[in-house]
Amino acid sequence: MKLYEYESKTIFKKEGILIPDGYLASSPEEVEKIANNLKKEVAIKAQILATGRGKAGGILFAKNPKEAKQLANKIFSLKIKGFEVEKVLVEERLYPSSELFLGITYDLSQKKPVAISSSLGGIDINEISRKYPEKIFTLPINMAWGMQNYQGKLLAKNMGLKSKIMFKAANIAVKLFNIFSKYDCDLAEINPLILTQDGELIAADAHLELEQEALYRHKELEQLNIPIRKDSPRIPTEFEIEAEKIDKIDHRGVAGRVVEFDGDLGLLIGGGGASLTIFDAVRYHGGKAANYCEIGGNPTVKKVKELTKLILKKPGIKGLAVITNVLNNTRVDLVARGVILAMVELDINPSEYPVLFRSAGAYEEDGYKILRKYGIKYLNRDYSIDQAAKTAVEMISK
Amino acid sequence: MSILIDEKTKVLVQGITGREASLFTKYMIDYDTNVIGGVTPGKGGQTVHRVPVFDCVSDVVKNFGANTSIVSVPPRFAKDAALEAVDANIKLIVIFTERIPKKDVVLILDFAEQKNTKVIGPNSLGIISPGKCKVGAIGGPQNETKKSYMIGPVGIASTSGGMTTEIASLLTNNQIGQSTCISVGGDPIVGMTFRELLPLFEKDIQTKTIVLFCEPGGTQEEDAARYIIEHSYSKPVIAFIGGRFVDEMPGMRFGHAGVIVQKGKGTAKGKVEAFKKAGVLVADTLTQLVDYVKDSLR
Repeated sequence: MKLYEYESKTIFKKEGILIPDGYLASSPEEVEKIANNLKKEVAIKAQILATGRGKAGGILFAKNPKEAKQLANKIFSLKIKGFEVEKVLVEERLYPSSELFLGITYDLSQKKPVAISSSLGGIDINEISRKYPEKIFTLPINMAWGMQNYQGKLLAKNMGLKSKIMFKAANIAVKLFNIFSKYDCDLAEINPLILTQDGELIAADAHLELEQEALYRHKELEQLNIPIRKDSPRIPTEFEIEAEKIDKIDHRGVAGRVVEFDGDLGLLIGGGGASLTIFDAVRYHGGKAANYCEIGGNPTVKKVKELTKLILKKPGIKGLAVITNVLNNTRVDLVARGVILAMVELDINPSEYPVLFRSAGAYEEDGYKILRKYGIKYLNRDYSIDQAAKTAVEMISK
Repeated sequence: MSILIDEKTKVLVQGITGREASLFTKYMIDYDTNVIGGVTPGKGGQTVHRVPVFDCVSDVVKNFGANTSIVSVPPRFAKDAALEAVDANIKLIVIFTERIPKKDVVLILDFAEQKNTKVIGPNSLGIISPGKCKVGAIGGPQNETKKSYMIGPVGIASTSGGMTTEIASLLTNNQIGQSTCISVGGDPIVGMTFRELLPLFEKDIQTKTIVLFCEPGGTQEEDAARYIIEHSYSKPVIAFIGGRFVDEMPGMRFGHAGVIVQKGKGTAKGKVEAFKKAGVLVADTLTQLVDYVKDSLR
């Protein structure tokens, strides 16, 4: 779960990392008021869950409250990478003598957390690593020990810092790692970490991403006014929202990870790696999927039925392909039942509708029996996923 | 031969009284796997499919010499369960549980490394050495397991449990058997990855060809490709990458928690290139995969 800058800063403040003096505002009038109270030049920063707001005009500086209001008007009217700006952070403007980078994430190859520092803050880390790879210092950290002071010092030294300021930065690195560990982060980043002209180190920006799987053990987020939510790189469609509701009917089975596409072949496909393979196979054979919808972990008949109905009702659908891998724990017969029930409830004759079923594995014989009874064309394990996808594509292009 | 598990494997099931664990315990026994005990804290003294249940892992290790454990407990208990198994000197731990926080996974792997314990998973469906032994839910019920898997020369490692069985079944249908098939787990951080399994397959005389099922996201494929080049790997490796369409949809997750392409990293395209550089044949379709495997065995 990505946090907004102001949420990340709430955590920074609580854990003792210095942040600029600032407040959240949801209207230009509020911005003016805050600027008035701060009695300083201010930075107005759009609060969105996407990077690149600076380039998009989402960060502006104002000399006085009146100008702050004017600029806030501009920011509130922006749409950055599809996101409307609903809130802005109004902070005292900082005057950096240098901008630094500090981040912690997981190195999936080393299977450990890794800390990264650079003397080149203020630009995207990927850009730094592309253009100046020698300016990036990385250090694996032992999860059980946590970051030690000497490691913080190493990171600080590699930001080009010396003496007193080096120790200050080392201390911030240790604190940032503690946040990373304590809040189960996927990513904890300060970019830029600003060294002010009077020798203070301040986290001008803050970027935390919390791991979805660990949110259950972070009840403290509620007290910090950080609501639990689901990340989405794009706004979900109505079709996807409906599917999510169906998935919540009960906890059994991963049925309902649904993404809408604009093709004409409805898909109900095996979960995990199989869904990836099947979706590729449909495209490989020239098919145009109407949706991606995986089923796995042995979902209930009701879930399968509701998802099938949702897909069959989608405008422009010409046919349905139910394709799974050879199943280990999801039952073929339960999937078959769900699909048939959906058709019956929608008054569709299964023996006439273009539907192709390819599944095998657990309870396959029971499944095939029901499919035969309702006259649904099915393929067993003698036909590969490939062949099934091809057959399905041909079925609707007739 | 075979790798990781064989006739000498003595399995302990952690979380044996759970719905799924008790089911696959039965399937393991049906497959003649030596399941010698289970652990569910507080339920010591019960039995599940005639397998005795204990409160602590060390009870089973001391009294019955368990060397392998399958962990199937809720995510919030998984770290404790796995650490207990490592501490009790279990040599191979297969973690079936999915959605374990990364921090817990890293702590498990660090301790396992110190004690020289091998870890497969989390989010692994299990391991099977056809005709010898299976650990976990892999293959499903006895009938289906026997239809999908047969003894032979192909080693399979896969980020997807479902596709492990699918590929095995496809090969079996073509009269090509398998040595050992491993569902390595679909999470972003897992214990043994392709890179760590390749040397075991290389040493195994039964294994002639290795098939890897891969997905976008993570670095397993790139790491494996590097290993193959650096060690002049001696056996043919054939890869299939599911989810090439994911490249076009950055930031979105499909299938597994680890399947995500971000900031141009983890793309299927990049993995295909890395493999090709290492001389790994990358099949575009499963039909082609079978052809490649047949050719390699000629």
